[in-house]
Amino acid sequence: MGVTGKIYGINGPIVTIRGNLGFKMNEMVYVGQMRLVGEVIGLTREMTTVQVYEETSGLKPKDVVVGAGKPISVTLAPGILNNIFDGIERPLERIAEKHGVFIPRGADVAFPDRKKRWSAHMTVTEGEDVPEGAVIAEVPETKSIVHKVMLPPGVRGRVERVQPDGEYTVCDELAAVRMSDGKLISVTMLQEWPIRTPRPVAGRYPADRPLVTGQRILDTLFPIAKGGTAALPGGFGTGKTMTQHQLAKWCDADIIIYIGCGERGNEMMNVLEEFGELEDPKTGNLLMDRTALIANTSNMPVAAREASIYTGITLAEYYRDMGYHVAIMADSTSRWAEALRELSGRLEEMPAEEGFPAYLASRLSAFYERAGYVKNLNGTDGSVTVIGAVSPQGGDFSEPVTQNTKRFVRCFLALDKSLAYARHYPAINWLTSYSEYVGDLSAWYDANAGEDFIYCRNEILNILTMENRLNEIVKLIGSDVLPDDQKLILEIARVIRLGFLQQNAFHREDTYVPLAKQLRMMEVILHLYDRCKALVERNMPMALLRESDVFEKIIAIKYDVANGELDKFEDYDEMIEEFYQHLMATNA
Amino acid sequence: MAVEYLGLSEINGPLIAIEGVKGAFYDEIVEFAVEGKTKKLGRIVEINEDKAVIQVFESTSEMSLLNTRTVLTGKPLEIGLSEDILGRTFDGLGRPIDGLGQIRAEVRKDVNGQPLNPCRREYPRNYIRTGISAIDGLTTLIRGQKLPIFSGNGLPHDALAAQIVEQASLGEGEDGGEFAVVFAAMGVKYDVAEYFKRRFEECGASGHVVMFLNLSNDPVVERLVTPKVALTAAEYLAFEKNMHILVILTDMTSFAEALREVSSLKGEIPSRKGYPGYLYSEFAALYERAGIVKGSSGSVTQLPILTMPGDDITHPIPDLTGYITEGQIVLERALNQKNIYPPINVLPSLSRLMKDGIGARYTREDHQDLANQLFSSYAKVGEARDLASVIGEEELSPIDKKYLEFGTAFEKVFVGQGPMENRTIEETLDIGWELLGILPREELDRVDTKILERYYSGNTSEDEA
Repeated sequence: MGVTGKIYGINGPIVTIRGNLGFKMNEMVYVGQMRLVGEVIGLTREMTTVQVYEETSGLKPKDVVVGAGKPISVTLAPGILNNIFDGIERPLERIAEKHGVFIPRGADVAFPDRKKRWSAHMTVTEGEDVPEGAVIAEVPETKSIVHKVMLPPGVRGRVERVQPDGEYTVCDELAAVRMSDGKLISVTMLQEWPIRTPRPVAGRYPADRPLVTGQRILDTLFPIAKGGTAALPGGFGTGKTMTQHQLAKWCDADIIIYIGCGERGNEMMNVLEEFGELEDPKTGNLLMDRTALIANTSNMPVAAREASIYTGITLAEYYRDMGYHVAIMADSTSRWAEALRELSGRLEEMPAEEGFPAYLASRLSAFYERAGYVKNLNGTDGSVTVIGAVSPQGGDFSEPVTQNTKRFVRCFLALDKSLAYARHYPAINWLTSYSEYVGDLSAWYDANAGEDFIYCRNEILNILTMENRLNEIVKLIGSDVLPDDQKLILEIARVIRLGFLQQNAFHREDTYVPLAKQLRMMEVILHLYDRCKALVERNMPMALLRESDVFEKIIAIKYDVANGELDKFEDYDEMIEEFYQHLMATNA
Repeated sequence: MAVEYLGLSEINGPLIAIEGVKGAFYDEIVEFAVEGKTKKLGRIVEINEDKAVIQVFESTSEMSLLNTRTVLTGKPLEIGLSEDILGRTFDGLGRPIDGLGQIRAEVRKDVNGQPLNPCRREYPRNYIRTGISAIDGLTTLIRGQKLPIFSGNGLPHDALAAQIVEQASLGEGEDGGEFAVVFAAMGVKYDVAEYFKRRFEECGASGHVVMFLNLSNDPVVERLVTPKVALTAAEYLAFEKNMHILVILTDMTSFAEALREVSSLKGEIPSRKGYPGYLYSEFAALYERAGIVKGSSGSVTQLPILTMPGDDITHPIPDLTGYITEGQIVLERALNQKNIYPPINVLPSLSRLMKDGIGARYTREDHQDLANQLFSSYAKVGEARDLASVIGEEELSPIDKKYLEFGTAFEKVFVGQGPMENRTIEETLDIGWELLGILPREELDRVDTKILERYYSGNTSEDEA
């Protein structure tokens, strides 16, 4: 057992203890009779400062604070997937079973269930030399995912004992490993890891494979690499949460960790319900089978909100170590930054910009740097991709959280209020967003998506940029006076915006679009542009071109052509040819 | 009897410091007796060893460092509840002020409440028909939702809220749940509270209304607990008595101002515009107390009203609110000046829960498509108007002129309606289609082709030509 002390003062979630009693920095402590969980965040000779992860009302001076002797940690074991936790990894479902609809304080329900038996298949034999992180057993955790029981970092040596395949609880010994210094380490399904320390890796790879999402604007215009980082900033109502849900549903990661950090309770419920019903397109099992949710809703204690981000990324790293590709959706990192600000204010620290503490940037970078495509200690490859939503104050991207986040992410997907008002979803602004991964990923696209994919992407972006320039003029004088070639650009840009960029998350076919169809859609649009350009060059007015319904038909491709029916695109190419020939014949 | 402490060590506005207390706990309620007679209540907001800082709910005038006796009650702020509270009026701390005597309490509840466990929530799906087209059609209110009205001073938000209460209560009864209103006034004028009271009486709902009034001349600190008291009552009625509760909180801006006032007295470090860093958490603790829980047929729906300072939607109060609530209804001064009631600007308005509570199973199959199309077309009206103000209406292309026509009609006929007019959902949707008929069919790009064929009544441009 660790040190004990007595409460001196209480101010919101911050509790102080008089004297230097030997508590360690970041040590986990239990506060008061209800044993509220807290963390030591400041030490001076006179005072120990503790942040408490639960409501502190009812605490008294002289109440006991007990140190746990270890930093604030999460428990890693089978059962994480298809589960929902609060910010410090307490299983909400079991809290509800025990305490009802409200979350009481000091709920002593811990993860994991120590009685549940898991069937384990051993993958090592006696006498075998095993490295750090070696997989010693496989446990089918859910229908989709095999949990790999690994040696904890720092443990390697010779296997001395192995249990036979069978049913075990998380505390049962599966194997024992003799270290080189002679110590015998008993290995169970259970590991603990401090949430603020990244799990070690053997090496990092460059980001050269995309996270395929099936969302057209992301896959083509602003791709995210596996192991990459992306920020999704947008004012309220611009569709951050919706975009995150779409990514979580459809991206080709093996495992999704969804962190609801200071968000709405009803929305978390929605994720839980939907993911419990929706099928994973890859395996046919339920999406929840590959998902863990961390729900620290906005009315749950603020200090646990600060911890929830770290809890989430530690879980992600653990599955990465097994050789899985993990994607983290953090919704929203601004709420986390505000939790930092709130705690910093309670500590009476000197505020920097907008009241945020000066260490905001270093904390943000420490979080995003835990993403990466890595070589694990046990030789497998895995990745953690971080997609963080940012909720800028007043929708103004110049505020500190957005600006600092921009420094540490390589893909910036700016959500736009005016697009959202016009219900253009996803409301990602194609002019202010960027992805630095395009160059790194183009080799992959050439090899896997088609050689002209990147060419088409650049053409599409080019037309959109030209449209933007023309719109400046249109705003002043109207579109009627533009020459026909410029009118054509506006028309094609309209086709791109409505038919390609806009994607309907509620439509059965349109909600996920494979890369092959995305490419064909771009090709057809560019084909149309090419033919129209030829017509306009022969002095045919745009008004004449617009009489045909070819533009509307191309826009409707997203609904009319199912994902599997790629040969239908030939009909569209033919239709464009016919349209061209017809006009040439009648008007030339 | 508990220990009495004589004297205080400091008084600073509504904050009092007292030394030498034993066994006090954080958030505990204390009672003061001033000169042996006047009773006041306070709450411990900070403790350091034997020094406690106490927020006094009433004014601290007449208190001196010597004449006050303090008693620790040993419990956090609680209110007594039973079904008798229906039809009654209380002050901001939950004490009756209608002269009808005390409530016979069935249970006593801590007003701070506890966070709802997200996995015991039921995802809200049933829509509430308000009879107001702009809300029913475009920002549908769902039972268990928190949907604030963003308004400004001088805009008819009170009339709108009262109309919603009247018409929503009439539409009740399909699933048999009983309906009641919990009304919390924070720092509003006497007239406003009186207006609501009269409207509730006129529609015969006053027997189903619980009012908690902290008027603008009542103590500021009391204002900080008024919404908590009201929501505790709402949760009790909804989750223990299985009633459908509509909570009106007005005005959230005064609540935030009170928070800032007290925070600055405590000498806390301010963040945006002087509001304390925990403004978001305080708001969240209130707004998140809406919802439906498994195992109870009741619901808490919140309709908070806030006046945006300087009509600025990026001000911290509306901004933080929008990040917590499930959408917002935004009132606009320009529409009000055009004499359109209710002056709802539909473009920034939003209902996040709408998508799951409408459609063939709940309202009508075309609802979502129609709403998307109306939003998209009305957004284009803004562009056409901008252009018209530069080059003049005459110079606009024919299609832009159509948009201007559509925009004016949309504001007058769809958004605008009488303060007593109660439209059915069919009426609302049909008006929507009628207006879309002004625009040529090719312009309707958000609607599924089948739905368009079934409902679109306008002329295609070929017919016209």
